[in-house]
Amino acid sequence: MFSKILIANRGEIALRVIRTCQKLGIKTVAIYSEADAEAIFVREADEGYCVGKPPVNQSYLNADEIIRIAKKSGAEAVHPGYGLLSENAAFARKCTENGLVFIGPAPEIIASMGSKIEARKTMKEAGVPIIEGINTPIESEDAAKLAAQEIGYPLMLKASAGGGGIGMQLVHSDEELIKAFAGNQKRAESFFGDGAMFLEKYIEEPHHIEVQILADSYGNIIPLWERECSIQRRNQKVVEEAPSPFINEETRVKMLDAAVKAAKYIGYSNAGTIEFLVDKEQNFYFLEMNTRLQVEHPVTEEITGLDLVEEQLKVAFGEKLSITREDVKRNGHAIEVRIYAEDPKTFFPSPGKITEFQLPVGEGIRNESAIESGSQVTPFYDPMIGKLIAWGQTREEACEKLKTALENYKIAGIKTNIPMLLKTISHEQFLSGYTTTQFVNEYYLPLLTSTK
Amino acid sequence: MAKVEAGMAGNVWKVLVKEGDQVTEGQEVAILESMKMEIPVSVEAEGTITKVYVQEGDFVNDSDAIVDIE
Repeated sequence: MFSKILIANRGEIALRVIRTCQKLGIKTVAIYSEADAEAIFVREADEGYCVGKPPVNQSYLNADEIIRIAKKSGAEAVHPGYGLLSENAAFARKCTENGLVFIGPAPEIIASMGSKIEARKTMKEAGVPIIEGINTPIESEDAAKLAAQEIGYPLMLKASAGGGGIGMQLVHSDEELIKAFAGNQKRAESFFGDGAMFLEKYIEEPHHIEVQILADSYGNIIPLWERECSIQRRNQKVVEEAPSPFINEETRVKMLDAAVKAAKYIGYSNAGTIEFLVDKEQNFYFLEMNTRLQVEHPVTEEITGLDLVEEQLKVAFGEKLSITREDVKRNGHAIEVRIYAEDPKTFFPSPGKITEFQLPVGEGIRNESAIESGSQVTPFYDPMIGKLIAWGQTREEACEKLKTALENYKIAGIKTNIPMLLKTISHEQFLSGYTTTQFVNEYYLPLLTSTK
Repeated sequence: MAKVEAGMAGNVWKVLVKEGDQVTEGQEVAILESMKMEIPVSVEAEGTITKVYVQEGDFVNDSDAIVDIE
């Protein structure tokens, strides 16, 4: 196994990777921006190096500086976490060229799945169902209008390089499409450096369900069940659970098979996630592939008993998978909620100083966070400050435990979405297990106006 | 004359007005980017923009002046 790795990330995911490394006796190197000098993840790592000024393009996205630190510290591998450089093919390639193992798939695979248009084409070739749509970049508003006529409204306008819900919008008419096009194109250009746009037919009552896979470098690929992540705001996940309460066993097996087929077709290795949209008849369509560890990986860990970071490290080191598909347990039910520093009504971020912080404890309760009383939530990074995961024998039990834990989550000094999470997970529609990506619009937001 | 200020710290992503522009109540004059989200800055009353304090790409703190309106 590796003896020392560098973690090219920050916050809770850096701390999560450090925890597994400590368990395995691997030394860790943290990098941090000037804004994160006092952060817990820096203290917990064996070594820490300042990588630059607070804005990400001057620190956590500075590939050359990160590689220089990795080499100087004697790290053998780089764990990219999620976000930041985790799906940056050029960074992965640079790591390899500098004799560092990139803990993730090959750069070519990252690149091919990073372009959603390319990924759609590849999955079609692989025989995985895709949503009806356009497989070439749309250059102008007029071209978009023409394409829209062909497919028919409602449509999702999307950025090919998009992620985190940025650069996508649901449109119902030519008028809405024209209004949305330029803005989203510019957003995609400024966030991802690529303004290529495309259109997909909008699936009614969409469920977002994804399959976690694990692959070694010898062609062995196993699915680790699915996660349902339909509850989203601003096209970003807020509540995630495993298994999905919506799909039946037949659909489940088909989806797991499709995910394995997709991964096999592209020659995938390491941990990855194939995201699908599932309609009300349980037809499923490829949405995108995430070539990294996901924010919501803990729910999979809770029901399978596996440590996904450990599996990533083993595969990256060249080991064969030690388990088969049949060995993967599906034990009970796990639900994760993301704690965001934001206004629970407008979803606008709420940076500031945390004056009080105390995590809930209890049987089946797991916390992933990297803040403490006195921490500063800065405007430079993602507003997610922690994750709370509850496990139960049944979904009902997990919901109850989660609710109690959320009620006991003590945080002051900034606004958080905890009130929104409580309303969501105690809503009868959520408890019924039928959640779509429109949940927040249909059930949460109306709740706010009616209680005014 | 009134100063329009940033509601939170962030990067100036877009400046939507220039000095001399007429604006109406609620009109967006700039968009900040903070924590990967766009935060619009709008004026509370109609008037004329007499000064623009920021450029695209600038970093502003909470309560920093964005524009003056007359």
